[in-house]
Amino acid sequence: MSAPTTSATKKHQGPRESLFSRSGAMLVMAICTFYFLVPIWWLFVAATKDRGDFTSSAPLWFADFNLIENIVNLANYRDGLFFQWMLNSILYAGAGAAVATLFATMMGYALAKYSFPGRETLFNVVLGGVLVPATALALPLFLVFSQVGATNTFWSVFLPSIVSPFGVYLARIYATSSVPDELVEAARIDGSGEIRTFFTVATRLMTPAMVTIFLFQFVTIWNNFFLPLIMLRDEKLFPVTLGLYIWNSQVNQIPEIRAYVSSAHCCRSSRSSSLSSACSASGAVG
Amino acid sequence: MTTDIATPAAPAKAVIQKPRLKKKATKNRAAVLFFIAPFSVLFGLFYIVPIIVAIYQSLLTVERDGTFGKPTEVFGGFVQYARVFQDDAFWASILRVLGFGVVQVPVMLGLALLLALLLDSPLVRGKRFFRLAFFAPYAVPGVIAAVMWGFLYSPNLSPFTAITKEINFLGADLVLWSIANVVTWVFVGYNMIIIYSALLAIPSEIYEAARLDGASQARIAWSIKIPLITPAITLTAIFSIIGTLQLLAEPQVFKSFTSAVTSTFTPNLLIYSTASVPNVNLAAAFSVVLALFTFALSFTVLKFTQRKAD
Repeated sequence: MSAPTTSATKKHQGPRESLFSRSGAMLVMAICTFYFLVPIWWLFVAATKDRGDFTSSAPLWFADFNLIENIVNLANYRDGLFFQWMLNSILYAGAGAAVATLFATMMGYALAKYSFPGRETLFNVVLGGVLVPATALALPLFLVFSQVGATNTFWSVFLPSIVSPFGVYLARIYATSSVPDELVEAARIDGSGEIRTFFTVATRLMTPAMVTIFLFQFVTIWNNFFLPLIMLRDEKLFPVTLGLYIWNSQVNQIPEIRAYVSSAHCCRSSRSSSLSSACSASGAVG
Repeated sequence: MTTDIATPAAPAKAVIQKPRLKKKATKNRAAVLFFIAPFSVLFGLFYIVPIIVAIYQSLLTVERDGTFGKPTEVFGGFVQYARVFQDDAFWASILRVLGFGVVQVPVMLGLALLLALLLDSPLVRGKRFFRLAFFAPYAVPGVIAAVMWGFLYSPNLSPFTAITKEINFLGADLVLWSIANVVTWVFVGYNMIIIYSALLAIPSEIYEAARLDGASQARIAWSIKIPLITPAITLTAIFSIIGTLQLLAEPQVFKSFTSAVTSTFTPNLLIYSTASVPNVNLAAAFSVVLALFTFALSFTVLKFTQRKAD
């Protein structure tokens, strides 16, 4: 991402901008930075406080630094249920996005590189799927899983998450433009089978698209709330978003959870901020 | 490919072309099947089948023999849909999220566009930092962001008690807009990145002529950049409209902070509470109507902007 940015700064060097418009622009940026970062800063500071300081000390600055202690308490609370949730989320989102990426890339590649009867119909149906929002499917999915008695299982959240119509769309567009027919043909003449060509040649060329699909799907699954809310009853299967939601709605009855909730949030947002930079780096691909 | 001469008698070029394609397609049938089968099967199971089941369920109705008789599901035709159309709470919730969308989507996209244009202009230093700072909220999932803002709005715990003691952000009048603020906070950065990457794709030669003619940055942004990135803006608009109609996590969380958010506040909350009554058939009908509504609205936006672009 750094390359386009530097060229972007270079490329506009015409007459120098007036001081007025430059400082106006920086003012807008500063106000927005404040708006976007202060809540996160507050969250971090709140996570370092013990229960007394949480309500009594200055909200935007540190009192006694209790972050480690809070995290230890969080880990011990109800036998480390929180970390079980984190693990579940990583499994749902990480493994789910990986499988989704593989299947979507295969499908997109086939749609781009082979002609077979019903190809366009298939693609249009998948495109229609992009416009069907995940939450609209949650209840219907529950009905399906309850027909086969599979609600409240790991698979009831995992399996629906590995379908990414948007990924197919991206993969098809990318495969069309970045995997040349000649290359596929050359591999064919060299005696490589179609499937081997895909895994050894095409996936290398399609890596940027696959990274994008993975990140999109990871974030989608990680943030999905309605599906686990409807499907799961067993706390041990919860992803972390659902777990924290349940804890937060119990705060009024059990006040000591409050400290846990804020430190828990802090844990998980630092976890995903590394993702966000990766996401913004790959944004150009989508 | 040696098979090209399989039909030597054929005189016309087109005929030579055809068998070649056909041969290729049949030869690779196994490979094509291998590539499309996993996705297609899963898509069928977890997209098509649920939609069919939902439509089927929405056509059933529960009948009882007397008040305490055993309930049986019988085919009811459009009984559930008649109920949907008479359900004031459902339409009130649709109107509520539409009102929300009419204000929130333009504000959010306007801000995202402004920030993307500023990042793309030579007026700003430290782009890398700002890009990350604005995108950071997107790393916080909706549920968590809602919990956090719930604390920030609270009259006692907020760092801004001077404001929150005076204005009741969680009261019935303002809570919808408080939720709008949470959604905006999370998604501005995400939309900004989509628009910004569209801006980076514009070749710089395009502005150079305008720059030499003395056009200001604002003029370049308005007359050159914005028309060129209309597709990206359309994409963000469609995703935002879908997101608005599906609003669930934020109001669901706010229910534990305030009683102003009822269980029929947004269409999805209503579906959830109807399904847990349980009145699955009516909830399925709500789902079908909401999905159709969403589909129609995003399709209209797509068509409308496409026609404008032509």
